[in-house]
Amino acid sequence: MSDTNEPYLQIRGVTKMFGDFTALKDVSLEIFEGEFVCFLGPSGCGKTTLLRAIAGLDIQTSGSVEQGGKDISNLPPSERDFGIVFQSYALFPNLSISRNVGYGLENRKAPKAEINARVSELLELVGMPEQGEKYPAQLSGGQQQRVALARALATKPGLLLLDEPLSALDAKVRVHLRHEIKQLQHKLGVTTIMVTHDQEEALTMADRIVVMNEGSIDQVGTPLEIYRRPTSPFVADFVGTMNFLKATVTTSDSIRIGDADIGLESALDDMATGSSVTVCIRPEDVIVRDIESETDNIIDTVVVDLEFLGSFYRAMLKLNDQKGSILLADFSINLVRDIGIEEGKSIQVCLPARRLRIFSDSEGEP
Amino acid sequence: MSDVALPVTAGIAVIKPKLSRDDRIMRGFIVMVGVWMVIAVLLPLYFMLSKSAEDHDGNFIGLANFQEYFSTPALFYSIENSFFIAIVSTIITITLAFQFAYALTRSTMPGKGLFKTIALIPILAPSLLPAISFVYFFGQQGIIKELLLGNEIYGPIGIIMGEVFYTFPHALMILITALSTADGRLYEAALSLRASRVKIFFTVTLPGIKYGLISAVFVVFTLVITDFGIPKVIGGQFNVLATDIYKQVIGQQNFEMGAVVSVVLLIPAVLAFIVDRIVQRKQVALLTARAVPYEAKPARGFDTVMFVYSAIIGFLILAILGMAIYASFVTFWPYNMAFSLNNYDFDVMDGGGWDSFSNSITMALYTAVIGTTIIFTGAYMVEKAKGFGAVRGSIQFLCILPMAVPGMVLGLAYIFFFNHPDNPLNFIYGTMAILVICTITHFYTVSHMTAMTALKQMDPEFEAVSASLKVPFFKTFIQVTVPVCLPAILDISIYLFVNAMTTVSAVIFLYSTETNLASVAALNMDDAGDVAPAAAMCVMIVFVSATVRIFHAIFTRGMARRSQLWRQR
Repeated sequence: MSDTNEPYLQIRGVTKMFGDFTALKDVSLEIFEGEFVCFLGPSGCGKTTLLRAIAGLDIQTSGSVEQGGKDISNLPPSERDFGIVFQSYALFPNLSISRNVGYGLENRKAPKAEINARVSELLELVGMPEQGEKYPAQLSGGQQQRVALARALATKPGLLLLDEPLSALDAKVRVHLRHEIKQLQHKLGVTTIMVTHDQEEALTMADRIVVMNEGSIDQVGTPLEIYRRPTSPFVADFVGTMNFLKATVTTSDSIRIGDADIGLESALDDMATGSSVTVCIRPEDVIVRDIESETDNIIDTVVVDLEFLGSFYRAMLKLNDQKGSILLADFSINLVRDIGIEEGKSIQVCLPARRLRIFSDSEGEP
Repeated sequence: MSDVALPVTAGIAVIKPKLSRDDRIMRGFIVMVGVWMVIAVLLPLYFMLSKSAEDHDGNFIGLANFQEYFSTPALFYSIENSFFIAIVSTIITITLAFQFAYALTRSTMPGKGLFKTIALIPILAPSLLPAISFVYFFGQQGIIKELLLGNEIYGPIGIIMGEVFYTFPHALMILITALSTADGRLYEAALSLRASRVKIFFTVTLPGIKYGLISAVFVVFTLVITDFGIPKVIGGQFNVLATDIYKQVIGQQNFEMGAVVSVVLLIPAVLAFIVDRIVQRKQVALLTARAVPYEAKPARGFDTVMFVYSAIIGFLILAILGMAIYASFVTFWPYNMAFSLNNYDFDVMDGGGWDSFSNSITMALYTAVIGTTIIFTGAYMVEKAKGFGAVRGSIQFLCILPMAVPGMVLGLAYIFFFNHPDNPLNFIYGTMAILVICTITHFYTVSHMTAMTALKQMDPEFEAVSASLKVPFFKTFIQVTVPVCLPAILDISIYLFVNAMTTVSAVIFLYSTETNLASVAALNMDDAGDVAPAAAMCVMIVFVSATVRIFHAIFTRGMARRSQLWRQR
């Protein structure tokens, strides 16, 4: 990441309308040189629209986009500086792999030898040397996407745009390729924006994640921040698995779930005593071992279901409140064996204060 | 979509996208296609409509011409005749073509490829060819006229038989497509529920092809009601709308009444066109569903029946074509049955010499080359241009419109528009240019749809990728779009070529002595009583069309072999 304070890409108040439908609502964002940023959100959240606005493929209705200090708000794609990779690869089917990769170079009237050298270098870079004479249809999906990446990088663009590049691939290839793309990006240092609806992709690849919902940015942060400290119920729900429990504020730094008093890490702002709130905790943060040593935040539950998920068990715990709320908790196989957790058994669990996120109910349900 | 007008709150500046050079070139081309359509379709139609409301001196007289038309029984009886012919021909054609298509798609009989090839032969012939053949079969000197049990071939019987031959391949192609898109899983489910063959036919097959069936019905209906060649040759005293237009204009020089009959003929054609459009749209939705293709299983009895049926139909088609060829070589039917090439000595016939034959080839070549270029490039621009939504939408509509205009109507409308003394384009009247423009326009719609289908199968992001690599769109168009769409482009050019060779209706009003065409010459020779030379000219047309088709097939096969590395099938 760059240490200068000038962002490489500056998006200010971008709004995009399709007829009466507002696809982007007043979006502002800064992206720094060399960053790998993921736009993450469900389908229809506006992430692709924002990417296409940055590329100039569907120019925003209002608002500005600056790249490298230059206002590019109204420029057509051909006058901007970016390389792009689509989910469909969009490789030219009748041109060989070499010609696909060299397509942008040919037009710049570079000498043939220079183009050939650059094409070989790029194919080497994406791990596909010696494949230049083949045609796209002869390659696997993962290989095609590498070629598309090489083609996008051929002209050394200042900005690399990836529109769901891995979505059309098999799960295994996807995991492998996301690692490679990340490494490649790190090596080249090219500022990169990737659109994805896959949170795992975003968490593993991005330097920063931009979580979008209904045409607005909900939260911008590092993967750890997004996962650990979601700032809205939507982000909390969309990224990872999250428990949402109803609670009532009892003091400025404690709440009550059912008949259990739960202390908080810090004082609640702007939430009156007696108001109802939603408490969020991730299943893996629920503690059951060494419960005696923890004095606070103990809650009584009954195991109603135990689901084996391979490397761990996911338990459905019924709380002792009126509604019989369900709390999901992830337990390791060892733990289940050691403590003897089984369906129907009553157990006490601890909800550690520093793992709790509290949202006032006026912020809406996810 | 970025050019949609928006309710924007004050103070927020709406970004006005800067147009790239690509955008400007594309828009320029789209406007050119629009101007073409306005000049080649809209203005001529407008002139024709206004002519129908004028008297001989060009004064506006409202609906008086229509009043006169509907109070002249000799004229308005043709409406009934036209509908009668169209409905009966449609029922017979669809019944025959459906069974044939069913045999080709749902049986495992041998010789499917051969049967399909034979069934498509009528497309290569001008519509008057079957009419001429029927004269030799069933006319005064016909070899099997007894089969008509004393009925006259000149009249509805002859017209209907000719129309069935002429429209059969058109119906067949639509029905084959409809029947081949069946979902095999539905049949497996029906069989596992122990449904009978008849029940499966009515509950699975028929609903599955209903849109194709409706589409075929309207296509055949339109072809028949607008056809001119067959009723002209074999209609006798039986008048239909298309021949009435010809008689009013050429026979009586009554252009105003010709315009009125044209309007009358335009109405059913437009209605059929609208219904077909609606149905086509639904058909597309049906095709996108993921289905397991149906595969026919051998069934001895069924396959035998289907084979016999197909063999009979194939035999009849070959017999009709064969009769025209045979008659063209007979020296003087029925008195001197010795073979000779006398009938091919076109230069001594009334109606047009060998010049008309070479004119036809020239016209067909121009139509194919210029037409394909304009239509494919136009379709590409309309499909791929960004923004400019309203203009693109209206041009899209204009590209579909020519299908609704019968050839006779288009030709007559061209007289009114291009022969108008004040028209600056007046100079093309009577030249090869007007024939080419008229023919391209007449067959624009199907070609445009073929181009659109091919273009829609291309990855929509090719242009975005090119722009990001700063490659101008026309480079990508030449290097990627055209090679990938080459099969469709060749299909379009062949379609235009063959239709330009065989068409009569639109060009009958527009040829001059220097630009006489083979199909028109055949019609005029027949009119002058030289039936055998007319047959000979039709045979020449079939010969050229078939030769071009065969070359096309060979070329396509060779191309497929060369491109199999990259073409996914």
